[in-house]
Amino acid sequence: MEYFIQQLVNGITLGSIYGLIAIGYTMVYGIIGMINFAHGDIFMIGAFVALISFIIFGLTGVALPIILLLVLLIAMLFTACYGWTVEKLAYKPLRGSFRLAPLISALGMSIVLQNYVQVAQGARVKPMQPLISGGLEFFKNSEFIVTVSYLQIFIVILTIILMGIFTYLITKTDLGRAQRACEQDRTMTALLGINVDRTISITFIIGSSLASVAGMMFVLYYGVIDFYIGFLAGIKAFTAAVLGGIGSLPGAMLGGLLIGLIETFWAGYVSLEYKDVAAFSVLIVVLIFFPTGFLGKPDIEKV
Amino acid sequence: MEKKDIIQSFKDSLFTGLIALALFGPIVGLRTASKGEGLFITPQWGVVFLLVGLCIIGRFLINLNSARKTEITFFSKFTSKFSAITEDKAKHFAITAILFAAVFPFLPFTDRYFMDVAIMILTYIMLGWGLNIVVGLAGLLDLGYVAFYAVGAYSYALIATTFGWSFWICLPLAGVFAAFFGILLGFPVLRLRGDYLAIVTLGFGEIIRIILINWYEVTNGPDGITGIPRPSFFGLPFKRSPDEGETSFHLFFNLEYSTMHRIIFLYYLILVLALITNYFTLKIRKLPVGRAWEALREDEIACKSLGVNPTNTKLTAFAIGAMFGGFAGSFFATRQAFISPESFTFIESAIIVAIVVLGGMGSQTGVVLASIFLIGITEMFRDLEQYRMIAFGGAMVLIMVFKPKGILANRKPTILMHGDKK
Repeated sequence: MEYFIQQLVNGITLGSIYGLIAIGYTMVYGIIGMINFAHGDIFMIGAFVALISFIIFGLTGVALPIILLLVLLIAMLFTACYGWTVEKLAYKPLRGSFRLAPLISALGMSIVLQNYVQVAQGARVKPMQPLISGGLEFFKNSEFIVTVSYLQIFIVILTIILMGIFTYLITKTDLGRAQRACEQDRTMTALLGINVDRTISITFIIGSSLASVAGMMFVLYYGVIDFYIGFLAGIKAFTAAVLGGIGSLPGAMLGGLLIGLIETFWAGYVSLEYKDVAAFSVLIVVLIFFPTGFLGKPDIEKV
Repeated sequence: MEKKDIIQSFKDSLFTGLIALALFGPIVGLRTASKGEGLFITPQWGVVFLLVGLCIIGRFLINLNSARKTEITFFSKFTSKFSAITEDKAKHFAITAILFAAVFPFLPFTDRYFMDVAIMILTYIMLGWGLNIVVGLAGLLDLGYVAFYAVGAYSYALIATTFGWSFWICLPLAGVFAAFFGILLGFPVLRLRGDYLAIVTLGFGEIIRIILINWYEVTNGPDGITGIPRPSFFGLPFKRSPDEGETSFHLFFNLEYSTMHRIIFLYYLILVLALITNYFTLKIRKLPVGRAWEALREDEIACKSLGVNPTNTKLTAFAIGAMFGGFAGSFFATRQAFISPESFTFIESAIIVAIVVLGGMGSQTGVVLASIFLIGITEMFRDLEQYRMIAFGGAMVLIMVFKPKGILANRKPTILMHGDKK
């Protein structure tokens, strides 16, 4: 039982990270109907920017909460630049092209970003000393002590706060309304005087910022990154987006949590080596039985 | 051009520079390096300023160029000319290329290195042709093609090392196994739409690789399988000193022993295998199933209305594509005599897809050109190993942006209702 609770806590933490990345996938899919294959690498770049800022601020000796806030903002800003540029260079010229063109362009972009970071930052793994240590312990009398670290609490609370802001942004502001309108009918939205290109750019900026927050959490949580983390995390987050129903924002978060839990429980109870297989198998099974995910709208193809 | 335009494009270039500074500043400018315990930062501002400068100048030149309304860039001019030539003379090109390939090992300048590169290019051509059935003809984007290549290589290696059967028995078996995996994967997932299918196949490729790494008892894990038997020339092994009761190739033909014999044999082997793939594709395109593939690629709903079963049709394409991947895999295993999961990563799938897409989906000649181009360039830039993949990915993006249909776009239906009206 205690072991189960421990796995649950770990799974929710991991799920928060996946969920934040998944939002980027689902938003882009909703608005332009393509899988942004490079999104995982945007997450990786976010993690690198966060790592670099942590090292710089670590030398200054500022208080920890201020460091966290500054790193968060810096990572969001610089990573958003990457998201914006990738959209401008690789996807915008292909709008209206045949279906697979943007996907292949995204694949190329993903290879470019990965190798660019490898060249610029080196291929070795980058370890970082833990910044937030300690935690709360439960069930002290039993054999297995459940530990909830402060870091895990921080990650989950930050995710909840971001989700709150984000939901407000999408449901209550003009920007959110424009975005939802673009999802439904881009031509009509343009006719009504909304700048569609700008809305799409902003979608990429928001998605990349959230991915960079996930990147920062990843650095703090695992304490080690390399240029390749984006690939696996990206695929799993995409699985999460599909699981929740691609195009649906609460679905992305739900899917993220589910994938985090499935992966953690699989690693805890079944086999550690095959934990990535679990995520991929879930993807295949979900697509076969619930092609629209749990919270997705049914996809009707019109002739 | 007016002064206003110049000022405008200058401002625009400065903005580009600002963005470039934000992009390259942290990632390139602040290089992390581990020294003893923990990480330290080595600034590299020189490189950043160089890159930012290049971006500003590049943007400014592009702006000037587009202000002059010269929309046809050098690049698209070049490729359109190129495709015009090869489209007309594809047949001549094919015959010349095959003749050249046939005499290539005996040309005076051909040495061991050239032969190795040629064998590699031919392997990719064969993989490209195999995948072309799936991507080019049936229009299914398969990002996990390397899985079938791996299945072929591992089944060949396992059968050959366990039972000691010859290459010519193992080769078809490896193809059958790969096709079986193609059906196994294809059956549930082929109902999915294009981009979902791409991701699922990618996931499948990764599953196969993870299984190969972790299933020690059978695959020997990350260490791979060693001592895979080399192919023999119709029973004559390529050995300096054959075992008792055996005659080796050079003794049988009264030649002096040379390692080149085996290389040349491997070269012809892959050439023949590749040409079989090509011949098969060209023939099957004219059969009902081939026509159904192309029809499905163009319009799935119309096909369904006309009574074509999309799942079965796609499944045949998937299985046949997988089978050729398996053949190529067993060739790879016998050539290397050693295989490990490292050879079957996602990047291999990406390279094969890139070859098919760059060549223009559905074009057989395009695959050849793209393979020579990509693998040849990669070989030429051996020394710049690190930048190779950046250039590779960049080429994928650029070609999609400027020529979304590939170098040799060949989406012409092979048959038209009232003949080809020109």
